[in-house]
Amino acid sequence: MKSADPAVREMLEEAGRQGVETVWDRYEAQLPQCGFGELGICCRNCMQGPCRVSPFGDGPSRGVCGATADTMVARNLVRAIAAGCAAHSGHAKHLAHALKKWAKGEAPAYPVRDEAKLRAVAARQGLDTDGVPVVDLAARVASLALEQFAEGEGPLPWTGATVTAGRAKTLGGLGVLPTGIDHVVSEMMHRTHLGVDADPVNLLLGGVSCAIADYTGCHIGTDLADILFGTPRPVVTEANLGVLKADHVNIALHGHNPVLSEVIVQVAGDMGEAAVAAGAAGINLVGVCCTGNEVLMRHGVPPATHSISQELPMLTGVLDAMVADYQCVYPSIVGVAQCTGTRIVTTMGMAKIPGATHLEFTEENAVARAGEIIGLAIEAFRARQGRPARIPPHRAKVVAGFSVETIVAALAKLDAADPLQPLIDNIVAGNIQGVCLFAGCNNVKVPQDENYLVMARELAARDVLLLATGCGAGAYARHGYLTPEATLEHAGPGLKAVLTAVGEANGLGGPLPLVLHMGSCVDNSRAVDLAVALADRLGVDTAQLPVVASAPEFKTEKAVAIGTWAVACGLPTHLGLVPPVLGSALVTGLLTGGVKDLLGGWFIVETDPAAAAAKLFEAIQERRRGLGLATRSW
Amino acid sequence: MAKQVLILFDRCVGCRSCQLACAVAHSEARNLFGAVVGGEKPRSRVFVHQAGARKGPLNCRHCQDAPCIDACITGAMHRREDGTVTNVGGAQTCTACWMCLMVCPYGAVVGDEAGTAAVKCDRECKNTAGVPACVKACPTGALTYGEVDDFSARRREDVLRRVLA
Repeated sequence: MKSADPAVREMLEEAGRQGVETVWDRYEAQLPQCGFGELGICCRNCMQGPCRVSPFGDGPSRGVCGATADTMVARNLVRAIAAGCAAHSGHAKHLAHALKKWAKGEAPAYPVRDEAKLRAVAARQGLDTDGVPVVDLAARVASLALEQFAEGEGPLPWTGATVTAGRAKTLGGLGVLPTGIDHVVSEMMHRTHLGVDADPVNLLLGGVSCAIADYTGCHIGTDLADILFGTPRPVVTEANLGVLKADHVNIALHGHNPVLSEVIVQVAGDMGEAAVAAGAAGINLVGVCCTGNEVLMRHGVPPATHSISQELPMLTGVLDAMVADYQCVYPSIVGVAQCTGTRIVTTMGMAKIPGATHLEFTEENAVARAGEIIGLAIEAFRARQGRPARIPPHRAKVVAGFSVETIVAALAKLDAADPLQPLIDNIVAGNIQGVCLFAGCNNVKVPQDENYLVMARELAARDVLLLATGCGAGAYARHGYLTPEATLEHAGPGLKAVLTAVGEANGLGGPLPLVLHMGSCVDNSRAVDLAVALADRLGVDTAQLPVVASAPEFKTEKAVAIGTWAVACGLPTHLGLVPPVLGSALVTGLLTGGVKDLLGGWFIVETDPAAAAAKLFEAIQERRRGLGLATRSW
Repeated sequence: MAKQVLILFDRCVGCRSCQLACAVAHSEARNLFGAVVGGEKPRSRVFVHQAGARKGPLNCRHCQDAPCIDACITGAMHRREDGTVTNVGGAQTCTACWMCLMVCPYGAVVGDEAGTAAVKCDRECKNTAGVPACVKACPTGALTYGEVDDFSARRREDVLRRVLA
């Protein structure tokens, strides 16, 4: 099975009929993949290489420079973390620049839409907010955000203000609190250069520091997106390819950064008449990947598909344009678009794809560019009239928008004075055994969504509260797991009772969804905020909470960085694929065991989803035991 | 005619994927991650070397007049019905006298991890489609598995295409 998603399977049959190549075909063509790479024992960091170390002791045990397998594996891993950190922090900086330009009057399309969040973030970061006008405060917050990137004096304030005091002390004691986000990325590139850091343990500590910088970048990204575009509130919509409409101008918003897509959402609202003039019933925006999550969370834009199935919406024959910003956008979409007539539009100067239409976007020209892009889509709509539409009939209801603010507001309906108390009471009583955050991507090596679905059912049945972000949340959206109905079907009795009580207190007439969608992959910081609030309320550290994380189908270097900071936050963290580290028994042992003594969290590598759920449940029970709470067996 | 592993030397990029796949196919776990995590040290029976500016793999040719069989003192080395030359499953057990290793003109015989037996290509590595692990692993098609006459026919066709085209 290539995908658990019936819409994806249907479109793959169509791809087969049309002879359109997809990610699954290219993966097959790559097999078998290089074993040295799979084990992490290939080094290409200097021109004396590439070097490989024999995993079986019957070939070279060192690279040309003398680097051992331990050094190579550690260097390769921390370089991946640095790349992930660079991606998230680039996203965050982009938002900071938009906010700064608005404050300077240069980007009128980017006003502060959530003044309360602006003031809350400013106050949290120690800025004086009393009586400060929004424009001035926005300028100060943007400047402070940008200051987090260069090398500063001492640990980053944005890190310190968003983790528990205990965590800051633990990380500070290990010397891994970063002093600048870009600085630590740069330092990791330096340290992994030929002849710098050869000590695998020291390299991994550097990687942890870089991962914390990634966390900080993610947090800035979430904070600023909320300030600029609004903190997500509950939205109800639908997901999967069935959200495409043959009689509409269909535009997919793909990538990660909401800076452009937010403006497209606004401008699309004004261009309905142009679409109607072209014979369409209207403009239908849909989401792909995390740009899709951003506009889902804030505007209820329906997500069409995610991650590895990103090529398939075009095969419906009705997708008129796919607009990409950056990250996880496969260059292959251009080839598919040539078969389907879809206009692929790239928008970022640093993220072009040969064969795509490039309409460079800036904060200053956002509205005009958004209009041009929609205009291209309308043209494509005209051109496709008379061609067949093959929209799979699959779509699922989605309830999303669960920012921490939304969750706390929902809980406040049970206890206005102390919103977290009901959650804590239910964890203590065992109605909620613990919390699991599902994060990450799809990976072509795993049947799409299958690990997410199996693990959610196993854990929910055992009363584990489920949170999700990124393409993981997308998987749950397409399969109907973000619904009250899924709660009734899959949740254990304790979890069902709690979600029902919260839902009914909020006038929903039923439970909250089985899985709470917290946002895009950058928004994993929201889950940390919730854990930190819980830990602070209990007077413990995040490393003591019965909170775990899972990346059951992870793919990107960003996911490697996120997984590492989840461990650094003290969370037992599951990986559903084997990362390229097995070439070093030392590194493997540290990641899956030794690191626990240093950080509290550790990696659980398990490719079988049912077995993985059991291991996470046991990790939750270990934490409950540590807090003196009643435990259960699997 | 039995199929042979035949090499297109021009296509070898020296990635050693064949070596890794051969070793894994001869591990207890029969998969890379399992063998590495299990601490196994399986030996590869195909070898990639640099010869001047050229790179190339080499493995046992399973010669018809196999010097290793003639030289084997114990009678361990023998030819199976399918033509495979191997010292596994013979009349006697290999005693590691290294006669086979000394007489092999290709250097295709090596010692095992403990130095207590000779190991060589035994074709005990084929997948369900009957393709040897080294051939399956080769990303460039340098290692092929087929009838020898088909190999030479393709070579002739290539030559003629270049000459006559």
